Amino acid sequence: MKILIIEDQPELRSAIKQALEMENYIVEQAGNFTEAIDKVTSFGYDCILLDLMLPGGSGLDILKELKNQERDDNVIILSAKDSISDKVSGLELGADDYLAKPFHMSELSARLKSVLRRKSFNGKQLLPLGELNLDMENRRVLFGDIDLQLNRKEFDIFSYLSLNSNRLVNKSALAEHVWGDFMDQADDFEFIYSQIKNLRKKMLPAEKSVQIHAVYGLGYKLTVK
Amino acid sequence: MKLLNHTLKYLSLTLLVVIGVWALLFYLRMIEEVEDSLDDGLGNTKMIVIQRMARDPSIADRSGFSEHSYLINRISEKSALNFRDQYQDTLMYTLNEKTLEPFRMLKTAFREKGEYYLLTVVASAVEQDDLLRNLLYSIVLLYLIILISIFAINNWLLKRIWSPFYVLLNRLKEFRLENQRQIELPATNVTEFQEVSAAVKTLVAHSINSYVNQKQFIENASHELQTPLAVSLSRLEMLSEEEGLTDKQSALIGQVISDLKRIGRLNSSLLLLTKIESKQFLEVKRIDVGEIIDKLVEDFRDFAELKNIKISVDKKHKIQLRINPELALVLFSNLTKNAIVHNKYGGSLHVEINSNMIRISNTGELTAMDEEKIFRRFQKGGSQSSGTGIGLAITRSITELYDFELKYNFDGLHHFYLIV
Repeated sequence: MKILIIEDQPELRSAIKQALEMENYIVEQAGNFTEAIDKVTSFGYDCILLDLMLPGGSGLDILKELKNQERDDNVIILSAKDSISDKVSGLELGADDYLAKPFHMSELSARLKSVLRRKSFNGKQLLPLGELNLDMENRRVLFGDIDLQLNRKEFDIFSYLSLNSNRLVNKSALAEHVWGDFMDQADDFEFIYSQIKNLRKKMLPAEKSVQIHAVYGLGYKLTVK
Repeated sequence: MKLLNHTLKYLSLTLLVVIGVWALLFYLRMIEEVEDSLDDGLGNTKMIVIQRMARDPSIADRSGFSEHSYLINRISEKSALNFRDQYQDTLMYTLNEKTLEPFRMLKTAFREKGEYYLLTVVASAVEQDDLLRNLLYSIVLLYLIILISIFAINNWLLKRIWSPFYVLLNRLKEFRLENQRQIELPATNVTEFQEVSAAVKTLVAHSINSYVNQKQFIENASHELQTPLAVSLSRLEMLSEEEGLTDKQSALIGQVISDLKRIGRLNSSLLLLTKIESKQFLEVKRIDVGEIIDKLVEDFRDFAELKNIKISVDKKHKIQLRINPELALVLFSNLTKNAIVHNKYGGSLHVEINSNMIRISNTGELTAMDEEKIFRRFQKGGSQSSGTGIGLAITRSITELYDFELKYNFDGLHHFYLIV
C-alpha cells in the first residue's frame, strides 16, 4: 500500500514514515504545500496523511484540489489545531478521518487500516485473524459461524488490537481508544485488565491461532499465527 | 472620610480661628468707638455746664446725680490748677434696673468768677457684658451659617464638578481585563480629570495588550510542545516493539511513555484553558443535561466498578443548557471523574438534576477541601492524583464563560453544585 505523508515538521514526518514502513507500507513524503500539490497531482496514493498547517498554504486547499480533480484517494487529516470547524470543513471536503495530534502510532495504524478496508472492500468483508473473523460492520467476532458475543468494550478492545495485529499496543493508547479521552488519567489501568481477562476467556476456542499477550509494563499484543 | 468633608474639616478649623480673632478685634474696636463717642458726649456736656455756670452760678448747688448728670463741687485753687481732665469708667446705681450699671465719667476743673470748681459729668455706658454676650451669639450663629452653607455648596455644586471623577471610578471598578474592552472615559474639561483619564486609558491599553500577548504565548508554546511530544511517544513506541527487551527495560519504557503522556495531558489541558478563556468555543447548542450524565455514567462505569463505587442518578427535572457541546462534555466529565478519583473504595456517587441546579456528591476523604483553592490551577485535592490539578480550573473557566455558578461544600459527603 502506498501512503503519502504531508507534514511540515521533519521529525514527526520521519517518525511516522519509520513506523509505517515497519508495517510494510510504502511511504512517500512532502514537507510543504507546493511539494504536496506536486506529488498529489502526479501520483495516486492508497492513503494521504494530511497536516492542515503547512507552509505555503492550507491543507484544506489540497483537499479542495483533490476534490476538483475528482480523486477518491483516502485522506486522513492530522492536525495539532484540534478545531471543530477544521474537522467539519475537512470531512465536508471529502476527508475520511480526522486525527488530533499528539496521537499514538497504534491509533494512526488502526484508523489507516479502517479507512483502507472501508474503501477497498466497502466495509463488507471480514478481517481474518487466525481462526477468528472480525466483522467491523456488524460489530461482532466470529469463530467459524459462532458469534463470540463480545460486549461493546470487549469488541472495541479486540478490534483495536486486531487492526494493530502482531504489534504492541500501549496500555494508554488502548484506554484512550476504547474508553475515550478522559480515561487515560487513571492511575493504573486495572479496568482494562479485567476486560481483557473476559475477552481472553471468550477467545479460548481459537487460542491456538490467535492470542492476546500482555507485555510487561507496556501493553498488549494480539498475535496471529 | 470623603474628600469633600476632608476639606470641610480643615476649613472649619481655619474659620474658627479666623472668625475668633476677628470677633475679638471687632469687639475691642467697637468698645473703643463707643467710648470715644461717649467721651465726646461728656466733653460736650462739660462745656454746656460750664457755660450755664457762667450765666447762673446757682446751678452748682442744684447739681447732683439724683437730678442731673453732673455734679459741681468747690475745690481749692491749688487742686484745681493741678487738675487734669480724667475720663474713667465707674459704676452707679440705677433706679430702673436696681443694680450697679457701668457709667463713663469725666472729672474736670474750672474757674468761675474767681472760684474754683470740680465738675463731674457722667453718661450711661454700654453694658459690656451684654454687648459681649450678644456679639458672641451673633458670631457663633454666623460661624454655623457659614459652615452649613459651605457644606451644602460642597455637596451640591462640587458633586457636580466631581462627577466625571466618580464616573471614572465606577468604570474602573467594573473593568475586567479578560473582557479586553477599553474603558469609556467621561467627558470633562477639568484638566486634572482629563489627565487622569488619559493615563488610565494608556494603562488599560497596555494591560490588555500584555494580557493578549501572554495568552498568545501560552497558546503558541503549547502548540509547539505537541510535536516533540508526539515524536517522542512515537519513537518510544517503536522502541517498545524491539525484540529481546527484558522485563525491566519494558517497564522503564512503559513508565517513560506514561510520564510523557502526562506531559501531553497537561499541555492539552493548558491549551484547552487558554482557548476557553480567549473565547474560541463560540458555537452553542441546546444540550440536555440528563443525556450527557447518562452517557458519562456509562463511559465511567468500568472505572467506577474498579473501586466498587455505586453511581446513582436522580433526574428530578429536565434541564437544557445553551452551551458548546464539547465544553459541556468536558465540564461534566471533569466533575464526574473527580467524584470517582477522589472517592474511596466501596463508596458512592450521586448525581441530582434539579430545575436550576445539578449536584454531584461523593464519599471520600473525611475532611473538607478548601473551596478557595481547589478551583485554582495546579491545586490538587487529595492524596493520590496523577491528575494534572487543572481539571477543576477548567471546569470553573467553563462555568464562568456561561455565567453559571460552581460551588463546593462538605458535610460528610463532598458536594459540587452547578447552578445554571
